[in-house]
Amino acid sequence: MATQATENVVRPPRQSLGLVGWLRANLFNTWWNGLITLLMLWLVGQVLFNFVAWAITAPGWVAVITNMRLFFVGRYPAELVWRVELGVWLVALLLGLSAGIWRGLSLALAVAFGALFLVVAGFALFLPAGEQPKLIPTPLFLIGTTALIGVGYALGSRLGARLRWPVIIAWLLAYPLLVLLIRGFSAEGVLTLVDTNLWGGLMLTLLLAVTGIVCSFPLGVLLALGRRSSLPIIKWFCVCYIELIRGVPLVTVLFMAQIMLPLFLPQGVSVDNLVRAMVAITLFSAAYLAENVRGGLQAIPRGQEEAARALGLNPVQTTLFITLPQALRAVIPVLVGQFISLFKDTSLVTIVGLSDLVGMSQSIIAQPAWTQVSGGVWRETFLFVAVIFWIFCFTMSRASQQIERNLNVGKF
Amino acid sequence: MQSVALDGHQKEDIIVCEDVNKWYGEFHVLKDVSLKVKKGEVVVVCGPSGSGKSTFIRTLNRLEEHQEGRIVVDGIEMSNDIRNIDAIRREVGMVFQQFNLFPHLTVMDNITLAPLWVRKVSRKEADETALRLLEKVGISEQAKKFPGQLSGGQQQRVAIARALAMKPRIMLFDEPTSALDPEMIKEVLDVMKTLARDGMTMLCVTHEMGFAREVADRIVFFDQGKIVEEGPPAQIFANPRHERTRLFLSQIL
Repeated sequence: MATQATENVVRPPRQSLGLVGWLRANLFNTWWNGLITLLMLWLVGQVLFNFVAWAITAPGWVAVITNMRLFFVGRYPAELVWRVELGVWLVALLLGLSAGIWRGLSLALAVAFGALFLVVAGFALFLPAGEQPKLIPTPLFLIGTTALIGVGYALGSRLGARLRWPVIIAWLLAYPLLVLLIRGFSAEGVLTLVDTNLWGGLMLTLLLAVTGIVCSFPLGVLLALGRRSSLPIIKWFCVCYIELIRGVPLVTVLFMAQIMLPLFLPQGVSVDNLVRAMVAITLFSAAYLAENVRGGLQAIPRGQEEAARALGLNPVQTTLFITLPQALRAVIPVLVGQFISLFKDTSLVTIVGLSDLVGMSQSIIAQPAWTQVSGGVWRETFLFVAVIFWIFCFTMSRASQQIERNLNVGKF
Repeated sequence: MQSVALDGHQKEDIIVCEDVNKWYGEFHVLKDVSLKVKKGEVVVVCGPSGSGKSTFIRTLNRLEEHQEGRIVVDGIEMSNDIRNIDAIRREVGMVFQQFNLFPHLTVMDNITLAPLWVRKVSRKEADETALRLLEKVGISEQAKKFPGQLSGGQQQRVAIARALAMKPRIMLFDEPTSALDPEMIKEVLDVMKTLARDGMTMLCVTHEMGFAREVADRIVFFDQGKIVEEGPPAQIFANPRHERTRLFLSQIL
């Protein structure tokens, strides 16, 4: 060590060219390369210019803004929208609390969504008063959401570990509570019943996606374990199920659930439209998840299971503590990819008569007021829908990377 | 020394194998293997690769199933009864060539997992035992790290501590130093020597003849699925009777 300090340290050569140098070396190194570069610049410039020019002057944005409620909650009664808003506040508070307690992923999510709500609130301030839901006006709702995330965060970081279990339980209860709040139960009174065929827009998309993801995950893991089971009945059931479902398109499964299921059910028993779609999406996604998880399980060296067995752990403990955790963390990118595609696939429920985000935009385009606009308003509408989808999918993608980073601490 | 002459064992046999046979498909891996190990005895199992020595010690905790013959470990008959197998696995610790530590758990969690869930001891007791064992194998400062952050020798010592945490009466070592860099072999062998001196019953598959000479009470030599020779190290090294043993020793020493 001492001898090294006296030696001359040889540094690696600097490779930076500077901007001009880089342009010369890569884009203008020959006359024809320069020509192609200029041509491409002109093309990109044209596309950008045209796009911006269109975006500024497009008449359809009015259609997007005036139909904001349809986009977000569908035909949910305007005077009851406060129930949905209350639900969002509940989730915001929980997100904030989790961010305060666990930091990491939930903190990133809280910051991202808090900022998003604030930005949208900036726009919402200009909304005409007549367009706003009663009881909780839009700007108040949006700023309130951000505020609740902040309050939750402060509370969570102050109380920390003491809130851990209450918050976990609250998350588990949040979903049924949310559905109860949105659906209601009584014919009249405090929480009047809002039939699911009035639900729509982003609210419906999110409900379908969250249900699909939360339910298909455990089901998929069970199917993956079942397919590796040494009991032939379980094994073959899982193999048949997976291969059957993977062999048909989601649209078919949705149609089956929607149209054929009533034929098989006993007279008088009917299942809600929305529930049928949720079940179909869950069952469909589980088959794909199962194969992804199985891939992870197969990547675990046999020695892991042998070591667990030699220590006296039983098969269930071995799976729960040793093989499954390792398998799942190995397939996180694939699982999240699966969830992202599930999220986008929910737009297929339009075909069976549910009005999710995409379905809603189709009916907005068809409104009489907009069909007279030359060229229609579908460009603006679909662009808006695409942006909403992108925000959620990008969030999931980033969340996946964050989870990987968190779990990779000191591993391998 | 007075009772030795009576029937040859002053201590109880803790492992008894009688005519154990095993096939992989058509391939006959273990042929009429019979072996008795006394409590506190250190037996080194050696032989050329593919001779069935690893398979043999893996039958002793049912990582491999034997098809014929009888295996009794600590008075428990090895059968298909899952309760017997579980009981035997609680008494028998095992250390593998590739360590097989759980990479997603810290060193501490690796060691305490089985005591917590199989022996059902309290968290406090498990932690205390784990720290004591880590001290014994000389790496108590690494408790919070993950296996991937340790050197091979340190990982193998954690693996030994993990097996010892179940308070086994027998330890099986399956080539514990074969995957290690030469300078790390000694630190693992030292731990094993300490263990042997403390009176642990040990069965070691190893090619470390220095270790065998110093620590083993008996050497068992495997060839082609059979025990061809066994005896105290002094006799095996100085005067091997079987041709195959002589050849093997001449190549390895």
